[in-house]
Amino acid sequence: MLKDITIGQYFPGTSIVHKLDPRVKIIIVALFIASLFFVTNFVPYIFILAFIAGVISIAKLPVKFIIKGLKPLMFIILITFAINLFMTKGEVLVELGPLAITKEGLRQSVFMALRLVFLITGTSLLTLTTSPIALTDGIERLLSPFKRIGLPSHELAMMMTIALRFIPTLLEETDKIMKAQMARGADFESGNILSRAKNLVPLLVPLFINAFRRADELATAMEARCYRGGDGRTRLNELKFVTRDYAVLTGMTLFFAAIVSTRYIW
Amino acid sequence: MIIQLKDVDYIYNPGTPFEKKALDGINLEIEEGEFIGLIGHTGSGKSTLVQHLNGLMKPTKGKIIIDGQDLSSKETKMKIIRQKVGLVFQYPEHQLFEETIYKDIAFGPKNLGLKDDEIEQRVRDAMELVGLDFEELKERSPFELSGGQKRRVAIAGVIAMKPKVLILDEPTAGLDPKGRDDILDEIRKIYDKEMITIILVSHSMEDIARLVNRIFVMHKGKVALDGPTREIFTRTDELEAMGLGIPQITKFMKTFKSRGHVIRDDVLTVEEAKVEILNYLRSKKDA
Repeated sequence: MLKDITIGQYFPGTSIVHKLDPRVKIIIVALFIASLFFVTNFVPYIFILAFIAGVISIAKLPVKFIIKGLKPLMFIILITFAINLFMTKGEVLVELGPLAITKEGLRQSVFMALRLVFLITGTSLLTLTTSPIALTDGIERLLSPFKRIGLPSHELAMMMTIALRFIPTLLEETDKIMKAQMARGADFESGNILSRAKNLVPLLVPLFINAFRRADELATAMEARCYRGGDGRTRLNELKFVTRDYAVLTGMTLFFAAIVSTRYIW
Repeated sequence: MIIQLKDVDYIYNPGTPFEKKALDGINLEIEEGEFIGLIGHTGSGKSTLVQHLNGLMKPTKGKIIIDGQDLSSKETKMKIIRQKVGLVFQYPEHQLFEETIYKDIAFGPKNLGLKDDEIEQRVRDAMELVGLDFEELKERSPFELSGGQKRRVAIAGVIAMKPKVLILDEPTAGLDPKGRDDILDEIRKIYDKEMITIILVSHSMEDIARLVNRIFVMHKGKVALDGPTREIFTRTDELEAMGLGIPQITKFMKTFKSRGHVIRDDVLTVEEAKVEILNYLRSKKDA
């Protein structure tokens, strides 16, 4: 059940999307997110969808996997949809008591829900095709110019790596403790919100204890191997831009510039 | 027959690159009162199998019948199955959560909806069975205890549900030799006193040889061997081919015999070997 969460999970592969320099992918995702907010019209969505579909097919990611990743966020998407549907003023289509669905509301809610879906799938494409190590290497290198103004880019990147690295471990652990408590008759699936929250105590207490224990062990293990932060650290695989990276970056920048420009053309 | 499995398959992450067949056509029959050892290499499917026995995992294919109830049937209440089949996970001390030891052990019985005095009696009995002092420890926090003691509390938490089948997944993992012996003695005591069915998952052939009377050997998701302890441990070559072994003492006796000594080589414990060797030496002297 919890294993269904695919956010932050890496899906190994050998496609060009996988091999691309992580910095390029991070920049593309940043451009993707930014340009999504410039879109005011459904037409550019077709191109966004084509972009996502293109990446999925090139990277050979199973579509089922992507859809599964949306499931845990379905609730937020639905709430966004509902709020936009009922709260937008305009030409009334249907009236349900105090609530009214307007033409503008319908348009707005579909638009917003799609924006969220694109945001989630677009960003999950990054983590699905980039190993956590490559991802943090990329983030670290991208942030390194800010070191001069005191930004601890290496430490931030390390924190992110560790957090990403432990998501599956924590999920596995949650699953295990849940099962252990279910074996003792615990019930996590029925009852009202209050009793459900109370039933989570047997899950959360051991989970926190284990997480702290693990953090402690990890810190010791890192210190035992003389880890002391980013200063003077060299790396095994230096990131290097190749022609492919420049080409993709240029192409994608133009693509997203075009998407952004639609706001001003239409 | 208390447990019956028919052609059970289980596949992890079907349809992804991580797909893995963990159980492959498992057929098992376990009678009431048996003491079973489940051995197998890491990743052979032992843990997956035991989680099927109390309905925590559902088979991809096949049938599981516990005490006459089919687990796939909608009328089967999982709560009843989980009461009947108590499962102690690996490192069970990681599941402790209550403020006091009493409350933690009472968690299971409470979920069964028992009355307070019945719960107290059960906690008392369970603590006694695993060798914990009720009066001294009941109000203490489980987190203050040593590793071995914590594990006892966790095992008591399952025993307090009075299961008909008790499954222990590597109950001695990570314990020192003394802690290991103590836990194994207590498991033996529980078996003798409560007359229940026990399934012991272990990597230690010595532990298995000392306790159980029937062995299942898992290999690549299949039950490769199934038989009485003594018989299984005579099949050294097959076990070694699966990355397993036989108890050290059995191996010793085998080597001893192969050097031309007329001696039994199907012994399982050091005590047995001692008697056998003494008898052999005496008979040689007399001859």
